[in-house]
Amino acid sequence: MSGVRVLVGTKKGAFVLSADGKRNNWTVDGPFFAGWEIYHVKGSSVDPNRIYASQTSGWFGQLVQRSDDGGKTWLQPGVPVGEKPASDAWPPKPSNRFVYDVSPETGKPLTTHQWYDGTQHPWEFKRVWHFQPCLRDANTVFAGIEDAALFKSTDGGESWQELSGLRGHGTGPAWQPGAGGMCLHTVILDPGNPDRIYIAISAAGAFRTDDGGKTWKPINKGLRSQYIPDPNAETGHCVHHIAVNPSRPNVLFMQKHWDVMRSDDAGDNWREVSGNLPTDFGFVIDVHAHEPETIYVVPIKSDSEHFPIDGKLRVYRSRTGGNEWEELGNGLPAKDCYVNVLRDAMAVDSLDKCGVYFGTTGGQVYVSADEGGTWSPIVQNLPAVLSVEVQTLK
Amino acid sequence: MSEAAPSTSADRHTIRVALPFHLRNLAGVGPEISLEVAAPVTIARLLDALETAYPMLRGTIREYETGNRRAFLRFFACQEDLSQEGMDVALPPDVVQGREPLLIIGAIAGG
Repeated sequence: MSGVRVLVGTKKGAFVLSADGKRNNWTVDGPFFAGWEIYHVKGSSVDPNRIYASQTSGWFGQLVQRSDDGGKTWLQPGVPVGEKPASDAWPPKPSNRFVYDVSPETGKPLTTHQWYDGTQHPWEFKRVWHFQPCLRDANTVFAGIEDAALFKSTDGGESWQELSGLRGHGTGPAWQPGAGGMCLHTVILDPGNPDRIYIAISAAGAFRTDDGGKTWKPINKGLRSQYIPDPNAETGHCVHHIAVNPSRPNVLFMQKHWDVMRSDDAGDNWREVSGNLPTDFGFVIDVHAHEPETIYVVPIKSDSEHFPIDGKLRVYRSRTGGNEWEELGNGLPAKDCYVNVLRDAMAVDSLDKCGVYFGTTGGQVYVSADEGGTWSPIVQNLPAVLSVEVQTLK
Repeated sequence: MSEAAPSTSADRHTIRVALPFHLRNLAGVGPEISLEVAAPVTIARLLDALETAYPMLRGTIREYETGNRRAFLRFFACQEDLSQEGMDVALPPDVVQGREPLLIIGAIAGG
């Protein structure tokens, strides 16, 4: 029987929410890694039992956690469990070691980016914001990190190598952090073309590689951001999130700091599709699993007031690929709601009907099992939700 | 990170270490553990021994690249703050002789 598993990262641990295909009755497991910030938890589409989690702490740094049994148990990849391993397996590989590539082979060993005061600042690893498992191999996984860079593991997260062509392609010294840090938060793999990867960075913009990560180019033409000196600059845009429908990977939808954007040519050109949204500020955006012109956003009042307009939590849906939006509020708080919905905290399942999920900084995770028509909370009192992903289990 | 020098049993000391809550959980240990450390016993050598015995703690107490103590951790022993003493300074005799533990403390923060 089909079912879903919702993977929730919060400020104080990870949770796994499970239900059958009706999505009415939920089992809540967790907290896993209680007390730690879990920035992202994501499962492999190749092996749904394989899940990667980013466990991080201002005190203790970064850890990588992996589950091979659908989230029941977890391990640090490469770290032996139980008995001390044979000497040839020692020392264990440092699964939480993310070292920027400054080797001469990259051609452009890059060591600084722009700091808040305009000076150049060394790249410093802080945390993993986002994991994207490979669509073909469960042991291959990409990590988007802060300070912004893309790393890849081909051994199940035991060791990591930077795809340094991204930082080294030329615009890196001009990148600068947004208020949340200079994070690479979005990684999208093209299901039909393993050499094509999209990534997004706050506040540098969106980038694409067509050769598996060796070379990259900014894809920000058409973005307009009033908060940077040249609103039409090649980089410097605060992209909050990008989403695609896997059946149509050349069509991208973006929630920028302000503005909801669309590209029909793999990011080469963007146009605004904010249309009749009550505000086009927000963080999340996602695409219906079966209808590639149906998209979802959660409008947030402004960059100064990170909560819904008038305390009314609403999802907005467009069935026309943008511009024409309808308000979806059945089952959501109609007043006194002042939460935020962070950039990685929305997901869709691929059941029929498509389920839509999002989590809030107030600790609620909402589900709609009817494409957004009605909503109900799965949980209401978790720690602040940082990320929501869903696995559809056949 | 320093390498533990070859030593005889006479050169080795049993050092008591108290870890903060989250690192205890990560390592699956209780409030205090004991480690065999070769003389001269320094914080660096103690952390080498700790990370060898509990590899899941690698990178959680000192930075990979610099070997430096993480900013929000402190090393206390014998009612003294040893955090600024450097990784290669010998630990106090009471710690080396096992009469006092080395306390690894997470800085107080939050609200």
